[in-house]
Amino acid sequence: MSNTNFTRRGLLKTSAVAGAGLAVPTIFTGDVWADAHSGYLNAPQGSTVTLGFNVPQSGPYADEGADELRAYELAVEHLNGGGDGGMMGTFSSKALEGNGILGKKVEYVTGDTQTKSDAARASAKSMIEKDGAIMITGGSSSGVAVAVQGLCQEAGIIFMAGLTHSNDTTGKDKKANGFRHFFNGYMSAAALAPVLAARYGTDRTAYHLTADYTWGWTQQESIQAATEALGWQTANNVLTPLATTDFSSYVAPVLNSGADVLVLNHYGGNMVNSLTSAVQFGLREKQVNGKDFEIVVPLYSRLMAKGAGANVKGIFGSTNWHWSLPDEGSQAFVKSFGTKYGFPPSQAAHTVYCQTLLYADAAQRAGTFNPCGIAEALEGFEFDGLGNGPVLYRAEDHQCFKDVLVVKGKDNPTSEFDLLEIVEITPRAQVEYAVDHPMFAGGDLGTCNPGA
Amino acid sequence: MDAFILQLLNGLDKGSAYALIALGLTLIFGTLGVVNFAHGALFMIGAFCSVTLSRILTLSYETVDETQKDFLGNPLVVKTPYVEKWFGPETGAAIIDWAVPLAILFAIPVMIFVGYVMERGLIKHFYKRPHADQILVTFGLAIVLQEVIKYFYGANPIPTPAPGAFTGSFDFGVLLGFDPNAIIYPYWRLVYFFFAGIVISAVFGFLQFTTFGMVVRAGMADRETVGLLGINIDKRFTIMFGIAAAVAGLAGVMYTPINSPNYHMGMDFLVLSFVVVVVGGMGSLPGAVLAGFMLGILESFASMNWIKDIVPGIDQIIIYLVAIIILLTRPRGLMGRKGVMED
Amino acid sequence: MFGLEKRDYTLLIIVACLTMFAPFILNPFPTDSAMAQFNAGYPDLMQRFVIFGIFAIGFNLLFGLTGYLSFGHAAFLGVGSYSAVWMYKLLGYNILPGLFLSVIVSAVFALLIGYISLRRSGIYFSILTLAFAQMMFSIAYSDLIGRFLGTTITNGETGLQVYNSDPQVLHSASKPDIPHLFGQQMQSTYSLDIAGWSFDFNTGYYLCALIMIAAFYIAIRIFRSPFGLMLRAIKTNQTRLNYTGLNTRPYALAVFVISGMYAGLAGGLMACMDPLAGAERMQWTASGEVVLMTILGGAGTLIGPVLGAGFIKYFENIFSKINDSILHQWFAFFPDGIEDAVVFMIHPFIGKGWHLTLGILFMLVVIFLPGGLVEGGQRIGKLLKRGKKSEDKGDGDAASTPAE
Repeated sequence: MSNTNFTRRGLLKTSAVAGAGLAVPTIFTGDVWADAHSGYLNAPQGSTVTLGFNVPQSGPYADEGADELRAYELAVEHLNGGGDGGMMGTFSSKALEGNGILGKKVEYVTGDTQTKSDAARASAKSMIEKDGAIMITGGSSSGVAVAVQGLCQEAGIIFMAGLTHSNDTTGKDKKANGFRHFFNGYMSAAALAPVLAARYGTDRTAYHLTADYTWGWTQQESIQAATEALGWQTANNVLTPLATTDFSSYVAPVLNSGADVLVLNHYGGNMVNSLTSAVQFGLREKQVNGKDFEIVVPLYSRLMAKGAGANVKGIFGSTNWHWSLPDEGSQAFVKSFGTKYGFPPSQAAHTVYCQTLLYADAAQRAGTFNPCGIAEALEGFEFDGLGNGPVLYRAEDHQCFKDVLVVKGKDNPTSEFDLLEIVEITPRAQVEYAVDHPMFAGGDLGTCNPGA
Repeated sequence: MDAFILQLLNGLDKGSAYALIALGLTLIFGTLGVVNFAHGALFMIGAFCSVTLSRILTLSYETVDETQKDFLGNPLVVKTPYVEKWFGPETGAAIIDWAVPLAILFAIPVMIFVGYVMERGLIKHFYKRPHADQILVTFGLAIVLQEVIKYFYGANPIPTPAPGAFTGSFDFGVLLGFDPNAIIYPYWRLVYFFFAGIVISAVFGFLQFTTFGMVVRAGMADRETVGLLGINIDKRFTIMFGIAAAVAGLAGVMYTPINSPNYHMGMDFLVLSFVVVVVGGMGSLPGAVLAGFMLGILESFASMNWIKDIVPGIDQIIIYLVAIIILLTRPRGLMGRKGVMED
Repeated sequence: MFGLEKRDYTLLIIVACLTMFAPFILNPFPTDSAMAQFNAGYPDLMQRFVIFGIFAIGFNLLFGLTGYLSFGHAAFLGVGSYSAVWMYKLLGYNILPGLFLSVIVSAVFALLIGYISLRRSGIYFSILTLAFAQMMFSIAYSDLIGRFLGTTITNGETGLQVYNSDPQVLHSASKPDIPHLFGQQMQSTYSLDIAGWSFDFNTGYYLCALIMIAAFYIAIRIFRSPFGLMLRAIKTNQTRLNYTGLNTRPYALAVFVISGMYAGLAGGLMACMDPLAGAERMQWTASGEVVLMTILGGAGTLIGPVLGAGFIKYFENIFSKINDSILHQWFAFFPDGIEDAVVFMIHPFIGKGWHLTLGILFMLVVIFLPGGLVEGGQRIGKLLKRGKKSEDKGDGDAASTPAE
């Protein structure tokens, strides 16, 4: 008798009715019969399909998680044919019909990752085991994304990553069941470095402050390589503990180190605090080596930029997407999100909305919810109309390749949302890299796992 | 040498925040004998007093500007604060600019009130309960307080800048004969340092030189005897709780320009402030202040690059390492008395 | 039986029955009903219940008996998890070597930390354990030792996991690629369907449950042994013991190590159920959680810590998943306006507000039930008894039941 992993409640519910007749207890049905029937885990039964939205609802990224959740609800509404359809109208693939996915109405369950890998896995497991979710998506940090992606690979569920920017998510830790729409540290660096060189010159010396965890390390490595290739030098790279709240002792020595650019490889609360410290120390009014001192924040998030207030003005960084993009898809999304919630969506909201649509579309095109079928439909899929120009979901590492935005903090914001302005849209060709690039080496995609 | 002085300054500044929080914590412990895990939350509420005041000051009326568009393409709604309408644009902007210092005046009554309500409403009932119960109930309270703040203000940090007059930094190096830019220090952090000094002196002065303070000190030493002398020590202790809350709150108010406050900042300081208090010696006010400054300075030194090169990650563990060494060499912390909280 | 008094034996039997029938007890609502949201009988949560039960039982041995409040117990849990995952990486997915190593390694750590920390008592002891645990957390989170040695020990914040390139010398193609015990996969689940109900029987859960019953049995024996008596004496009056010429420290150290081994075992089991060891499980909040579990359930009682662990994990996993659309389903029978109002009122307490609910409940329990949930149970028991008596007597005694 073969065993299987995880339960299949939705299926069993129906199988009990269909196979054994009403109210007759089917003792130890097991999952054998069910698997032969569907061939994959949590196959949707009846007229609905359940997606699992696993986002941070407590902890420092709770606001980002809340914005992701809004976008998910919007996506579900659009998939089920409600609202104005958002980006479904501009999406290049027209497989989706607004009647759910494969004719099944989309339902969802939510969970709290707490931005901790343990809690995120517990929450994802409960969605798989208890709620019969067919796909897990969300998250606001790379540690969580890697942890949940690993879980989904073991369980046999598709994972559509949310906001995760570490190279490792589709590098060292890539998995056949995991897909990432968001860009990564390498792309940020490849897009940002030329702009920085053009603005600040090639004769610069950078001082890096780096959050001491996986994302920080890969981000720093990427940006150092990209800037050094253009002639910059690196004075120092200082790792700062994640729990740091007061960055003064890391910022203070910068001015005397001979560096004339400070790169803050921080995200979230770390970024807000380190940038605030750096601006407080008056670094931006100083001159070093006869040049104006500059600060760079490689990964921007509008929600977090808001926390730093006026300190972001004029500071360069990169972002996956911004609501001020003029293309049709972005405008459609901003319109339907803005009309429903009263403010423009964040990049986290955008990426999870796209991921949901992409998943639904892949299922529709594959004609099945089987993870292997969906993976096949997503691998090498080229699409347009979701706000970043033409995009490729690369088959070898499940990373999306698309244009990257270089932005800077706006000098004269007209509203509390109008914090960043787009400086340049770096074309996709410039941020592409080989699958076996050293920064992404060491991983093994493995084979897709349908869980049965 | 210049790097050394620079980190000394940093350490003094960090230390002043630690010292202020630890001082309040020790006041509560020393007077009431209560281990207050909600003290970090009081610090956080103080910081949000500052946020609240700047929200109040920027309460705005809306006008529609047809020439500009918002993100949906509708005419832009421009918000103008009422204070700018009432006092004229310049005075109004100046008032908003000075929101953080003004928040001191706002925070003192609010914090004393919060402290009073906490003591009378909850902690009073826990004097005779074991310390473990006190920890649990105040910890629960801390969670509730921070979740309430999160509900109203969100989880993101909220920028609360210092007045424009205090932006930029002061070049100490030039005074001491170093090169320009060798030792710079932000004005606001200097303000924080001096502010902490004033608050700490005020608390000590109050306890040392007023009759009220004398009674409280007597009560700290021997509560029963003071009670037998016919003095209502409970009432005074309640007031001390309010003062301790105000000290924590003020530390929070003035801290907001240094780090944008978020609902979680109290928990970030909680563990640290307990380590400070214990290293200083439970119940010793000078010990708390001393340990605060000492740990702040050591933490700053540990983050110097050449030290990190020798021992990677030392800046993450230095505080705990020092705490362990001190507790093993000096059984009751730096200035603790025998028998306090040892069972 | 088993060297237990009748009362303890009954308790053990009750605990054994509860854990064995947990899949039924925790799934009281039909799968399709609106109340199914409150079902907790799915494998992952059941596993967590018993694993954290073991953790809390172990913590209670130290805190409940000796009164030493350790604020760094999560460190041993983390060490246990890391040891187990390292065994997967080096040897293979059979869980036995990992479980053994996790207990041994955590015992070694507990011995070292306990030996140093127990030189102090009271809050100084608490802060020493906290300091050690926080240091270990920092080291694990940024993989400081690994960086020092130029290799990977804890894999930083991502968490230690098994890669295809790991040696796994005992692994072969015929063995499952997930944790197993001689081929029995921890994740495998049988589902039993009866009418609208569905009950999950999970191999991993039953393994954990058996281990927990064993752990519970050992805890009872320790509670009732002369050794346990000595530990209680430490709590009551250590100074007096010292004056009688007894050196209490070896006793305290022994129970500290035992309690650390319980934590390590729990950590090892966590890695058995889910082969990833994250650094967050060593953070001070995790240490604080086990303190809360124990005190909430009833420190010093046998069953209390297990109840406390269940209580907290239930909230974390069930309440955090309730969202507004579920609320709207529940209250759909109200007219629209009232429905919205009700949802609006409840909204702050569910989903992202689960911390708030937990905080409020903590406070209520601590304020009104100083002895924790066990005391609550006893009071209810007493009330019922009193009610029965008064019925027997047939007088109006019940009406004068004093409000407590």
